[in-house]
Amino acid sequence: MSTSVAAAQGSEQYRARLGVRRVLSEFWRWIFFASTALAIVLLGMLLYSILVPGLPWLSWHLITEMPSRIPEQAGMNSAIWGSIWVVLGSAVLSFVLGLGTAIYLEEYAEKNRWTAFIQTNISNLAGVPSIVYGLLGLVVFVDLMNMGRSVLAGAFTMAILILPIVVISAREAIRAVPSSLRQASYGLGATKWQTVRSHVLPVAFPGILTGVILAMSRAIGETAPLIVVGGASQVLFRPGSPTDPFMVMPLQIYNWTGRPQPEFEHLAAAAIIVLMIVLLIVNSLAIGLREYFSKKTRI
Amino acid sequence: MAVDSGIHRDTVRISIQQGPSESPGPQQEVASPSAPVLRIRDLNVFYGAFHAVKDVDMDIAQNAITAFIGPSGCGKSTVLRCINRMNDLIPTARVEGTVEYHGQDVNGRGVDPVEVRRRIGMVFQRPNPFPKSIHENVAWGARINGYKGNISDLVQQCLERAALWGEVKDKLKDSGLSLSGGQQQRLCIARALATNPDVILLDEPASALDPISTLKIEELLRELATDYTIVIVTHNMQQAARVSDQTVFFSLSDERQGILVEAGPTQKMFTNPADPRTEGYITGRFG
Repeated sequence: MSTSVAAAQGSEQYRARLGVRRVLSEFWRWIFFASTALAIVLLGMLLYSILVPGLPWLSWHLITEMPSRIPEQAGMNSAIWGSIWVVLGSAVLSFVLGLGTAIYLEEYAEKNRWTAFIQTNISNLAGVPSIVYGLLGLVVFVDLMNMGRSVLAGAFTMAILILPIVVISAREAIRAVPSSLRQASYGLGATKWQTVRSHVLPVAFPGILTGVILAMSRAIGETAPLIVVGGASQVLFRPGSPTDPFMVMPLQIYNWTGRPQPEFEHLAAAAIIVLMIVLLIVNSLAIGLREYFSKKTRI
Repeated sequence: MAVDSGIHRDTVRISIQQGPSESPGPQQEVASPSAPVLRIRDLNVFYGAFHAVKDVDMDIAQNAITAFIGPSGCGKSTVLRCINRMNDLIPTARVEGTVEYHGQDVNGRGVDPVEVRRRIGMVFQRPNPFPKSIHENVAWGARINGYKGNISDLVQQCLERAALWGEVKDKLKDSGLSLSGGQQQRLCIARALATNPDVILLDEPASALDPISTLKIEELLRELATDYTIVIVTHNMQQAARVSDQTVFFSLSDERQGILVEAGPTQKMFTNPADPRTEGYITGRFG
C-alpha cells in the first residue's frame, strides 16, 4: 500500500502534455479575441449605417429648431431638452430611492427568506418589458397621482424602470466594502448609521454612481414607456417646469422614421447621432463626478 | 506616568461605577491589582448548531497583559470577541453565560454594545486603517464619541502613546494606507486609544507583520500595560512568554469544542504547568 503512494510521486506517473496545453491555451485566446472583434465589427456597421445617411443632415438648426412638417426646417430642440429633463429627473429619483433600498437590504435587513424573496423580485423587475412600466406610469403617475402627461410623470416612470439596475449595482458596491472596515468602525463604538455614513458609503460611492450611469444610458434611449406616458404628439416648446408636457429624442426619432418622405429617414439618422452625443456628454459628466468622489475617498 | 491621558480618563473612571457590586468612593479609584476588570463565567458560544466554546471561566486582571494561547480553532478569538460583543455582528452567533466588566454584565439588559466597545477597544489581526488620512483615522473615533477637547492634541497624544508620532508627524494628511504594515497596526492601536478605553483587546495583532514590527508592537504593549488592561490572542508562544503577565491556555475537547484548560501567571504556565495538555502544547508536542 505505502509503496504505491511512493511510486505515484515518481516522474513516470506524470504526462505533462505541454504541447497540447499550449495549443489549447492559444485556442481560447483566439476565441476570446474573436468575440471582442465581432462586437466591435457589429458596432462599426451600426455606426456606419447611421453616419452615412445622417451626417449630411447634421446641422446646427437640427439642435436649435423645433419640429416641423418641412424636413429642411425641422429640428429637435424640444426633444433634446425633454430628454435631459427626464433623464436627470429619473437619475435623481432612482438614486435616492435605489440607494435607500440598497442600504436597507444590505446593512439593516435581516438575511432571511423575506429578504431573499425581495432580492429575487428586484432582479426579475430588471427583466420586465419596458412597456409594462409605461402602463404603470400611465395609471399611477399620470392618472392616479394626477401628474398629467408631464415631465414629472415621465421622470417617475423612468425612475421606476431603472430602479432595479440602480438597486442591484448599489447592493453590489455596498457588499464589496471590506467587512474589516465595518469591524474597525464598530470596534471604536460607532453606531450602525455612523459606520454606514462614514465608512461604507464613501467607499461604495463610485460603484453606486457607476450603476446610476449605466441606468441613465438605458433611460436616455428608452422609448416605449414614454409613448404611453408622454404621448407621441409633437411638442413645439422646451419644458420650463416639471409639470410641462415633453418630448424625448427617441420619440422624435420614432416619429420621423414613421413619416412617408424619405428626407425624414435621413433626419432620423442625424437625430440618432445627436442622441449619442448627448448620451456621451451626460455620461462624461457622471463619470467626472464619480472620479471626483473616488479621489476624495481614496486619499 | 499617565500624564497625557489624565484629563479624560478620570471621567470614565467615575462613570463606570454603575454596577451594583461597586461601592462608590474615591478609594475605589485606585483599584487593587487583585480586583479583576473582567470576570467571565460559564461562557458558551454557539455558531448555529455548532458549540464553539464550552464552559469558560476566567478573571482578567487590571493593568496587566493576559495572553490567550492554544491551537487553531480552539475559540481564543471567539472568547475575545465576546468581551466587547463583536460576536453580535455575526448573525448565527449565540452567547450564553456572563461577561462582567467592572461587575456589570456586558450582555445585560439595557447595556448598549456601542458603549461597551468604546470602553473595551479592539485591534484586529490584519491592520485595517480607514482609507482616510492618518489624522482622521485617530480623530474619527474620538469625534463620534463626542470628544470635547482639542482633537489635534488628542491625535498627537494617541500617536505618541502608540510609538508612531515620530514617524508620521510630518504627514498626518497622508492616507493611513500609505504606511507600512507595522505602522498601520500601530495606527490602529492609536485609533483604539483615542476613544479612551480602559481595556484593549488584540486579536493576533502581529501575525501579519515582520519580526521587527512585531517586536515594536510587543514593546508598545508592555508600555501600555501600565495604564490599560490588555488581552492578546496569539499563535506565537514565544510572544506570549515575552509579553504577557498572565497566560490562558485553550484547547479542543474530544467533541471539538473550545475549552479553557489552564490559566495562571505566565512564568508558571511556561515553566511548571499544572495540566499535562498545557505542557504538551508548550513543549511543542501538539498543536
